[in-house]
Amino acid sequence: MRFVDEFRNKELVYILIEKLKGFSNRTYTYMEVCGGHTMAIHRFGLPSLLPKNFKLISGPGCPVCVTSKSFIDKAIAYSQNHDFVITTFGDLIRVPGTSSTLEMEKEKGADVRIVFSSLDALEIAKLEPKKTIVFLGIGFETTAPGTAIAVQTAYRMKLSNFFLLSAHKVMPPAMESIINAKTQLDGFICPGHVSTITGSTIYDFIAKKYGIGCVVTGFEPTDLLQAIYMLTLQVENSLPLVEIQYKRAVTEKGNSLAQKILNEVFYLDDDWWRGLGIIPKSGLKLNQTYSKYDIERKYPIKISQSENDDGCICGDILRGQLTPYDCRLFASICNPNNPIGACMVSTEGACQTYFRYKKNG
Amino acid sequence: MCLSVPAQIISLDGEIAEVSIGGTIFKAGIQMIENPAIGEYVLLHAGFAIQRISEDEANITLNIIHEMQSKINHKK
Repeated sequence: MRFVDEFRNKELVYILIEKLKGFSNRTYTYMEVCGGHTMAIHRFGLPSLLPKNFKLISGPGCPVCVTSKSFIDKAIAYSQNHDFVITTFGDLIRVPGTSSTLEMEKEKGADVRIVFSSLDALEIAKLEPKKTIVFLGIGFETTAPGTAIAVQTAYRMKLSNFFLLSAHKVMPPAMESIINAKTQLDGFICPGHVSTITGSTIYDFIAKKYGIGCVVTGFEPTDLLQAIYMLTLQVENSLPLVEIQYKRAVTEKGNSLAQKILNEVFYLDDDWWRGLGIIPKSGLKLNQTYSKYDIERKYPIKISQSENDDGCICGDILRGQLTPYDCRLFASICNPNNPIGACMVSTEGACQTYFRYKKNG
Repeated sequence: MCLSVPAQIISLDGEIAEVSIGGTIFKAGIQMIENPAIGEYVLLHAGFAIQRISEDEANITLNIIHEMQSKINHKK
């Protein structure tokens, strides 16, 4: 088994579509909160396969899209120091800050390097002891443990030139803020890979407190369609639950080893989400033991705060209240070659996804 | 960023494994996997193996969907 092709089987897709056609009494609206799901849904053409009474909306699931402008501005400010090496995942380098991007700074001579893993940044720190290596930690619970491991390794090796600028975030508070923003939805398609780490119980409060069902979902077309079927059964039976569709990778308890690593290195603090504002206890920051690896603590910087984007409606799109088609900049001034907002930069952002797969509607 | 890819462990060396995705070899940190074994499938994300993948559960999921075919019944 290869765990990919089998879940793209056309026959299974058609079986699930036929099952969904059996639900025709009302409209069902489900939100996904994972950039990987945004991309998979549109890449596999699911909106055109689904019966018309099923509506899928994108939420704040793209970690690049919700990274604040001030984070980019700070990274850019650090990159101005010629003794600093900024190491980052590739999808961050074109995200606009207030007036520049890391890519533009690299073109002007800043030492900005794309890495595949936090361990690559650590390796650079070991090989270049005279440089100050700053790793830009972005991503949700899927990615944060890898950053935590890099910090733990730096601590163990007594590395003095490796630092973290963290924009890591956790998903459930953002899901709650979507509900509180009164976005109309009947269920959540929950992030499959976040949940491999956290387990499915992190969504229990959504079903219990808000009566909205959650299904933890994989990334292939049959996964997504099966999850939509499971959510629809919940709605039809008025029984909001937390269920796991992605059972080959997700359990209720999750990866306890990864959770232990996370809890040892990070604590939860209030954090700014682009488009959503401040969400309490949603950002992962280095705790006391590892705080010396926080670049802002070692080299504090001041930047002017500006989170406004002229004409950009990424915030409304991230809340699921508007789509890219509602944006007057979409596919004209704002496109992948000239992104105005983060949602157009990231391959998992709703705007770039729409541009690539359904530009003309 | 969210994507993780199924990969098979082909060698282990301390905290680093070599994993294969369709024949292409990558290095992966295996600090999050308890007792990893060669031949097992894991999810590779940003240079780390983040979770095992269960072939049994994968087969169960596929069978559930296959079985739906006999029960397709349009609601009126």
